[in-house]
Amino acid sequence: MAITRDEVLHVARLARLELSDEEVERFQEQLNAILEAVGKVAELDLSDVEPTAHPLDLANVWADDEARPCLPVEEALANAPDRDGALFRVPAG
Amino acid sequence: MIDTLRLTAEEAGAMLERGEVSSAELHAAYRAAIDERDPELHAYLRTVDEVAGDGVPIAFKDLISTRGVETTAASKILAGYKPVFDATVATRCKEAGLPLLGKTNMDEFAMGSSTENSGFGPTNNPWDPDRVPGGSSGGSTAAVAAGMAPWALGSDTGGSIKQPAALCGVVGLRPTYGTVSRYGIVAFASSLDQIGPVTKTVRDCALLYRTIAGRDPCDSTTVELPQPVELPEAEDLNGLRIGVPKELNEAEGIETGVTERVNAALERARELGAEVERCSLPRSVDFGLPCYYLIAPSEASSNLARYDGVRYGFRAEGNGDIRSMYARTRDEGFGDEPKRRIMLGTYALSAGYYEAFYGQAQKVRTLIQREHEELFERFDVLASPTSPTVAFPLGSRTENPLAMYLADVLTIPSNMAGMPGLSIPCGLSEGLPVGLQLIGPQFSENTLFRAGHALERALDFDFVPERFR
Repeated sequence: MAITRDEVLHVARLARLELSDEEVERFQEQLNAILEAVGKVAELDLSDVEPTAHPLDLANVWADDEARPCLPVEEALANAPDRDGALFRVPAG
Repeated sequence: MIDTLRLTAEEAGAMLERGEVSSAELHAAYRAAIDERDPELHAYLRTVDEVAGDGVPIAFKDLISTRGVETTAASKILAGYKPVFDATVATRCKEAGLPLLGKTNMDEFAMGSSTENSGFGPTNNPWDPDRVPGGSSGGSTAAVAAGMAPWALGSDTGGSIKQPAALCGVVGLRPTYGTVSRYGIVAFASSLDQIGPVTKTVRDCALLYRTIAGRDPCDSTTVELPQPVELPEAEDLNGLRIGVPKELNEAEGIETGVTERVNAALERARELGAEVERCSLPRSVDFGLPCYYLIAPSEASSNLARYDGVRYGFRAEGNGDIRSMYARTRDEGFGDEPKRRIMLGTYALSAGYYEAFYGQAQKVRTLIQREHEELFERFDVLASPTSPTVAFPLGSRTENPLAMYLADVLTIPSNMAGMPGLSIPCGLSEGLPVGLQLIGPQFSENTLFRAGHALERALDFDFVPERFR
């Protein structure tokens, strides 16, 4: 199940990473090595085992539906790379 | 004159109580130690001048949000980011009066085992500056080992508190998943991330755990502790059943010197009254690492999607459109390891591979949890080396990601099961500290503290690095 160069580019697009040609080549090689090492989990027959998504056996945690103070606009925008009034500004298109 | 290399947090607290020293004087003493030793060690990314509180000062790993104090998770993508709120653990430390000394270095987004993946340069091991401090909480463990903080907080996903604590000769606790709030922590792998103490002694560790643990309405994965945290007193181990899993103690790559120190510590445990018996975790060790390197990168790829150059942090110029701005921001902002894990996780979660990788890894996780639970029907504590090796030379593993991943082979299995683990120093091999890992069932921190404290007293390890004595 070796990863092809096209798959690396596809995954990079999904992850919104613009990789350099050097990175594409290196990641292809390294991801293949890592997947070969971790792919052994696929060998086990676990059809009767339930998955664990979370180590504690917690049921739903409910909270009262009540209004509480939230971040003021100025604080929410305090770290914005670019803003326009009370809005985050991003390139168009 | 305050000897910050020797002073424990408990002793510092007692001095404060007796009025022998003020919090500001303590803070200043640690700041002087930082000025003296940190130019060589680079454990801190930044220090704080204001002394906010009347207690024992503390350092935080740089993924803990601190209101108004830059928090970067050692990533260039967060350079300049000043949180507008405190993490719950930061709030609890503030409420306890612990003034912040500064923010410590780490592997970028806690991804790594050597602190070499920091976007701002590596940290050096206080015992030998040509070696790594371990990671990812290597800044916190180096700061405590070098007397530049009485105690510190780190975070542990696959071993990021336990392993660097072992390599720096200090005490580190990875608490039971869900006992410490993750609210305001820069997220890496949310089903595994836990905040925990880094200290010089087990009693300090219990004191700091008591300060930060407990349910937080802002983190729905947290629970109340079933019992209050007890400060360990007993110096015997009468009645304690210690299991020694073959696979964790005989894994390939464990150095002879490490095995010798751990076996000697287990011999002391026997002399202190513990029953020590061999046991087995047949699949947890073999499959733990592969399981971890599917689950953690998958969760990371989702968590790190938020760094898009829109709301905070670094933004690169694109070609005038939003997609190229996203992609270029992320390529320039993230270092190598986060990119590698985002790629791996995105692949493992993508259509056609989800069941074979992520779904299968979650089932393996169930097996690992069951294996541990079965052993804890017979044992109170499991013991092993924390790290297969002592601190390795800087640069020796950076070219080979898989070799670096193996540094956590002994800490990962119990982490996957949500079990707590304590690492205490148990001696030196080649002049470098060796860590003993004690693992317990969920919520067994009091037992770990008891065992760790009695062994610490019996082993009498000198936590001051030889070159500073």
